[in-house]
Amino acid sequence: MSENMRLFGSGHGACPGCGLPIAVKSVLEATGPCFVANSTGCLEIISSQYGKSAWGVPYIHSVFENAAAVAAGIEAALKALGRKDEGPVVVFAGDGATADIGIGCLSGMFDRGHDVLYVCLDNEAYQNTGNQQSGLTPPGSSTTTTPAGKVLPGKVKAKKDMPAIALAHKARYVATASVAFPRDITRKVKRALEFEGPKYIQIHSVCVTGWGIDGKQAIPVARLAVETALYPLIEFEDGQLVRVRKIKDRKPVEEYLKPQRRFRHLFKHPKGKEVIAELQRVADENAKKFGLDA
Amino acid sequence: MMKVVRGFYAVAYSVKLCRPDVICAYPITPQSEIVENIAQMYANGELGNCEYITAESEFGAASILVGASAAGARTYTATCSQGLILMSEVLWNAAGMRLPIVLTIANRSLSAPLSIWNDHQDSMAMRDAGIIQMYVENNQEVHDMMPQAFKIAENHKVLLPMMVCMDGYKLTHAYEPVDLLSQELVDEFLPPYDPPVKMTTKEPYTFGSYATPASYMEFRVAVYNAMERARKVIEDVYKEWAEISGRDWGGNIVAENCEDADVCVMAMGSLVGLVREVVKELRDEGKKVGFIKIRTFRPFPADEIAKAVDNAEKVIVFERSLSMGSDAPVTLDVKSAIHKKAIDVYSPVVGLGGRDVPQNLVKSIIEEVMENKVEPGTYFRGLKDYEEVIV
Ligand SMILES: Cc1ncc(C[n+]2csc(CCOP(=O)(O)OP(=O)(O)O)c2C)c(N)n1
Ligand code: SF4
Ligand SMILES: [Mg+2]
Repeated sequence: MSENMRLFGSGHGACPGCGLPIAVKSVLEATGPCFVANSTGCLEIISSQYGKSAWGVPYIHSVFENAAAVAAGIEAALKALGRKDEGPVVVFAGDGATADIGIGCLSGMFDRGHDVLYVCLDNEAYQNTGNQQSGLTPPGSSTTTTPAGKVLPGKVKAKKDMPAIALAHKARYVATASVAFPRDITRKVKRALEFEGPKYIQIHSVCVTGWGIDGKQAIPVARLAVETALYPLIEFEDGQLVRVRKIKDRKPVEEYLKPQRRFRHLFKHPKGKEVIAELQRVADENAKKFGLDA
Repeated sequence: MMKVVRGFYAVAYSVKLCRPDVICAYPITPQSEIVENIAQMYANGELGNCEYITAESEFGAASILVGASAAGARTYTATCSQGLILMSEVLWNAAGMRLPIVLTIANRSLSAPLSIWNDHQDSMAMRDAGIIQMYVENNQEVHDMMPQAFKIAENHKVLLPMMVCMDGYKLTHAYEPVDLLSQELVDEFLPPYDPPVKMTTKEPYTFGSYATPASYMEFRVAVYNAMERARKVIEDVYKEWAEISGRDWGGNIVAENCEDADVCVMAMGSLVGLVREVVKELRDEGKKVGFIKIRTFRPFPADEIAKAVDNAEKVIVFERSLSMGSDAPVTLDVKSAIHKKAIDVYSPVVGLGGRDVPQNLVKSIIEEVMENKVEPGTYFRGLKDYEEVIV
């Protein structure tokens, strides 16, 4: 068995095509034995059922919104007990757990400077509970709490800029990644662990169920998010942008939106054009801001 | 060493002697001085390898201690009122995960209206969480309780969080002479925390699994059983403490003059001293009245209470909190403890939000019961005349 299969086994119950197991395995590949604190959400439910745990590392799930604080406590205990050499402390938390309900705990963990790697698994909504919108749901997405209707074109507000929030806290290492590029995830985690203090990696993770795509399209769709510059892959070290994933022939955002049921209404909704134009503007701005075009 | 100290210092100093590994708290009146004193000890390098963390909220503080406790650390926090309620989601979780976090509660009322003064509504709201609760009557008792709390909570037969409740301001800020414990005595009494399982990469366990209906119930019953086992563990620890420290605070309850009493009066917390005094006064006047100090509230000492009031006709429970829509919390448990006996239960609710409870009020409350001037049930004393306007 490969190392990451031993640390996160095949016993999980994710939907076929789900990005979460790819993300977790790619992270554990880099960390090796480590301490995991997980928030309530899809990953927790697919991996931690009593008697069927998929985890080969010490794992704890407390509640929805406190994984950052729980991890901080583990780190403090390891320090006090002289056991820091046992392995790094890693958080796996959903976008809802991170950007909405748990942002206070996350801010506290950053602010106090705990030696913790925080991994946000960004599937762009509360997927565990049925695709309700989160702060990281992109505009135009039809979720069960921001459904497309006769008047509204799905979610109206922008995607919260969590990497910027992490940077504002002076997190030592901040990066985005995508399940379309697993080796890149592993490399980034390795790099992150070279920094002592808080580290934040946000991984774009496909949700076949909530996004309304076929399992086979999962990775191509995730790749399109990067290739349209809607999900820029960027890397900051001590506040400085150090690396980006360049895009050769940047694709129009429609190519990313079309295969997904959550965006399908945009192509016939009266406000659809406006929303697509806004998403294209966001992509263009990302490309410019981070110098993505090769 | 006898010293006149304030309650918060009596707590902080005792906690230090318990050698906790991780302390994490958030300030709230009137608990703040407890953690401020601990912070000063930390700043002076007096806490050894202990990690002292100032959290971003009580919710965060409790969460940090969940992680620390699961990783094998001895953990401590103090809070009250809004802070305790904010912690509640995490504390229920900690009890379910069997993490023996020890807390001092500087009992304070709940908002609205906002009040920083004392009653027991905050800790009572945590009644069913699976947290051991005990109430102290003075600052020597709280000083003595901290090592005992760790020993009880961390006992492998128990492994539950424990709250030591002290009345906010009335005790936290009171100057009292306290015989300060020595490190040697506490070290002899309290061994280091040795959890049966902990988070370690050497033996990776999963903590906080989710449970289907096929397994959830057994986990919750296990918490219930642990709380039941705690009864005996608590008694044993209280006894051991009496032997080692020379101060015997009694068992889960302390019953005085109840054998021949027609009326038994019960109280908890800082009201104990006053009520005990009034009962003695009435005894001296030849009245057949007894007194019961309730020390442990969870697990509730039902058998002890039933036995103590066996010969009584009436029981008075001084309540410092309310349950909207039902009897006040202590009364409910007392009634359930004596339900087979023909005893009338009187529940005068007093001192909410720090309302003064003077000695003559306590006396008149007991006397009106003895003189059949009041019906059994819940009623309020020390209440002003006022008109409730329904618009
Ligand atoms: C305090 C609280 N509120 C609400 C919930 C219900 N809840 C559980 S998981 C979840 C959404 C999780 O979303 P996210 O963090 O994005 O993770 P995902 O499942 O999408 O991976 C919600 C709303 C809860 N468990 N606790
Ligand atoms: S609902 Fe979405 S995120 Fe959850 S397991 Fe299924 S595909 Fe993965
Ligand atoms: Mg999500």
